[in-house]
Amino acid sequence: MSTHAADHAHAPDSGDEHEHVHPPSFYVKIWAILTVLFAISVAGPMLGVKIVTILTAFGIAIAKAYLVCAYFMHLNIQRRWVVYLELAVLGMVLLFWFGVAPDVMKHEGQNWENVAAKQAVERGMAAHAAGAAHADAPAAPH
Amino acid sequence: MSFAKPLATLRTSAGLPTGRLALWWLLASEVIIFGGLLASYVMQRLGHPEWAYEAEHTNIWFGAGNTIILLTSSLSAVLAHQAAQTGDGKKAARYLWLTIGGAAWFIVNKAIEWTGEISHGFTITKSGFWSFYYTAAGLHGLHVIAGATAMAIVALDAAKNKELQRVEYVGIYWHLVDVIWIFLFPLLYIAK
Repeated sequence: MSTHAADHAHAPDSGDEHEHVHPPSFYVKIWAILTVLFAISVAGPMLGVKIVTILTAFGIAIAKAYLVCAYFMHLNIQRRWVVYLELAVLGMVLLFWFGVAPDVMKHEGQNWENVAAKQAVERGMAAHAAGAAHADAPAAPH
Repeated sequence: MSFAKPLATLRTSAGLPTGRLALWWLLASEVIIFGGLLASYVMQRLGHPEWAYEAEHTNIWFGAGNTIILLTSSLSAVLAHQAAQTGDGKKAARYLWLTIGGAAWFIVNKAIEWTGEISHGFTITKSGFWSFYYTAAGLHGLHVIAGATAMAIVALDAAKNKELQRVEYVGIYWHLVDVIWIFLFPLLYIAK
């Protein structure tokens, strides 16, 4: 165990050699970029084109998350292993995804069938169709 | 052997103050919790085309408003950290209270939004989509409340120029709450 000396007692301790103090205008600039990206992520899907929706909504979400993590959370100047730690747990989530996704996303395989999931899809689609038909039908006279 | 300040602010482990090290571990566990939840949601969403019709009932403008609130509160949180770095505890405390105001506004918006949805019959038991919607947004909301509470405690000390390193820690936690919402917003409100 090493100890930081008492000269850190009255100041926020950095704990590492990287202690960057950006001016407030730097953070306001990052916020402005985030706001522009947010506006694009809302406007993009309004075009109704699937690939544009995926790129603007989800692609921009990744870009926004990167900006917040790098510049607001200061991950860009943290010790490298902190980034690796967070990426490692993200890797575990991906592992979970690839392990479970085939069983959840598909409702039947060579030797199995997820009857409950199939019925849920059928019920949901039927309810939507009934709702749409009800909305299209002329109003009954009173 | 006695310490004038808590051990976590003086000792370093692996080159980081113990407090910050603990915070990154906490965030790693949050990534697992929310990552697992969101991954499960995406899997179910891709396997259930009918969920798209349920998602049409979420209000994009409430989601968008809350996104702007969280992005702006992240700015005030990082400005609080910046003020703490320069040793200005009073300014840091002011920015933290501003961030808490953002958190309160977020929760009020959420309460209004949910009241409308529940009154129209979109309850947590209506379907798988609404079950995920309330679970994910509710768990996130609990994190907003926890973050705001922690910030209030830190702000009281920061105003007296005490424990300024905690301003950074609580700020990093708050940014994670923002990052989670950055992914919740398109998943729950935009993908229809």
